[in-house]
Amino acid sequence: MTSQSTATELDSATELNTAPGLELRLGRLADPRVAQAIELVWHEATLLDAKAYEDWERLWTADGKYVIPIDPETEDFEARLNMVYDDARMRRMRVTRLVEGYSMSAVAAARTARTISRFTVGELTEDAVTLRSAQVLVGFKREKHILLAADLTHRVRFTEEGALIDLKVVRLVNSDGAVTASGFLL
Amino acid sequence: MTTTPVDSGRGFAALAGTDRVAGQLYTDPDIFEQELEKIFYRTWIWVAHESEIPEAGSFKTATIGRQPVIVNRDRKGNFNVLLNRCRHRGASVCEVPRGKANGFTCPYHSWSYSLEGQLRGIPYPEGYEGVVEKKEMPLERLRVESYAGMIFASFNQEIEPLEDFLGDAKIWIDRFMKQGAGYPVKAQGEHRFRFDGNWKIQLENTTDGYHFPIVHRSWMASVDAETADMLSFMTDENAVTHALGNGHSVAIMVPEHVDLEEDDGTEDLQGRFGHIIEELSQTMPPEQVRRIVRSMHGAGFNLNLFPNVAMSMSFFRVLRPIAVNETEIQHIALGLDGGPESVNRERLRIHEHFQGPFGFGTPDDSEAWDRVQRGAYANKDMPILVNRGLGRERTTEEGWKTSHVTDESGMREAYGQWKKMMSND
Repeated sequence: MTSQSTATELDSATELNTAPGLELRLGRLADPRVAQAIELVWHEATLLDAKAYEDWERLWTADGKYVIPIDPETEDFEARLNMVYDDARMRRMRVTRLVEGYSMSAVAAARTARTISRFTVGELTEDAVTLRSAQVLVGFKREKHILLAADLTHRVRFTEEGALIDLKVVRLVNSDGAVTASGFLL
Repeated sequence: MTTTPVDSGRGFAALAGTDRVAGQLYTDPDIFEQELEKIFYRTWIWVAHESEIPEAGSFKTATIGRQPVIVNRDRKGNFNVLLNRCRHRGASVCEVPRGKANGFTCPYHSWSYSLEGQLRGIPYPEGYEGVVEKKEMPLERLRVESYAGMIFASFNQEIEPLEDFLGDAKIWIDRFMKQGAGYPVKAQGEHRFRFDGNWKIQLENTTDGYHFPIVHRSWMASVDAETADMLSFMTDENAVTHALGNGHSVAIMVPEHVDLEEDDGTEDLQGRFGHIIEELSQTMPPEQVRRIVRSMHGAGFNLNLFPNVAMSMSFFRVLRPIAVNETEIQHIALGLDGGPESVNRERLRIHEHFQGPFGFGTPDDSEAWDRVQRGAYANKDMPILVNRGLGRERTTEEGWKTSHVTDESGMREAYGQWKKMMSND
């Protein structure tokens, strides 16, 4: 690498630093609340890949909503048909179904590995953080790979019991197309 | 009772007996190709419910077999089903799942067509002088007829009238629509998923009461006791399946909800709907509240219409064959058009609970069907049995072969029609 090209790179980095709307110094991702929220999101992903659903259920606030919408645009989940629209009661039943051994699809569920990245910070207050991210999940079952990509929104609330998920919205890129029934959770 | 062994010697139609079929019916790509030609391109195929295209210009896209079509409502209120293929070089003229339009313009060279399919415009027409007459180049129109809002299309212009094809199924379509409780029934969203299996595995399943408490045990365990009790039909003598002719059948799971207009007042409304009852009672008379709430789970039966649609309790199940070993399913949730919002939302929640790729029911069905497809490759000489209840099958005064809802009379009816259509040249 020549010194000239190094200088060019430095120049463009400086330009980026001054570009409107983008912070390359320590930004909100370095905020301790955001770091804690990201750690929670990754912990959640680890539990879901491990199918540790009973542990996963404890990550939620009592009013927490877990949504996998079909309509890519909607924010009014209650008025629309969703793939998942769970409050605490539905979540409880869902976890029971997945662990009790009577559901043949849960018993035979694909093994999964999911990666969550591309975090951006939305709302950031004393007691809550909203994170947006991208998730790529690869699953494997009976000689076939499954690929599911999604935009995620997590609203994490800081409570006396620690950081808990208050809202999770999983917007699959193929939400209004055919989504294969899978036996695991997103 | 008569049973016919599977005879693999005389063409594909012979592979279906009266009470068993060859496993090859699920696995043979050549049979699949013939099914497209002899069934999906010959008979009436369900393409839409009228509520999906409510206004002049409303359209949806659909697929019959492998062929893409556009279903629309024109300014005269007529339904049109058009092949989604430009007459010039074959491009699809619409790739939007649903919407509203004045017509369709091919993106490739801007040939434009009306809602009825007439070719309206060709850019730079000089090159076609003496070569192309616009009136001779419409989008191909399929035959279209509807019954009770159910829109069917056929590539076969000579096909019998839809009402003749539906026959006694019409009685059940009328009963099904009574779940609107005084309001028209409307589509309110759909789940779509695919499974790795042949389309007939799904066709059978809609009339398979036998699998319900086994495959759906986890769903049964999750619902309230009243709902679980409502669907405990395994030993209910009144829960029967009728074969209705032309491949159609009806499986009655909740006999007291066959005709939702009939109500002797003895049935307690389900406690889970207490909040709805309370809300509706503020503005509606008790009998109307009762009528709506009794209809909340839909009609008490699955009506299976050969070959691609079922009216299944509170939703439409639509199947689309993709390949011999792949099928796409839509589960279209139904609501009350103009009815109380709280009721429609409750119906969405009921639908989500069971249906869809993350529902408590669909993934287990899907797993079972995948397993059927995988197993069917083993020993192609070993038939698939659809003989349950043959020994207790009787014929009603309407002429419907009838046995218990856990029996396989509906499947036998469907395979009878399959055999008939696959025998046609």
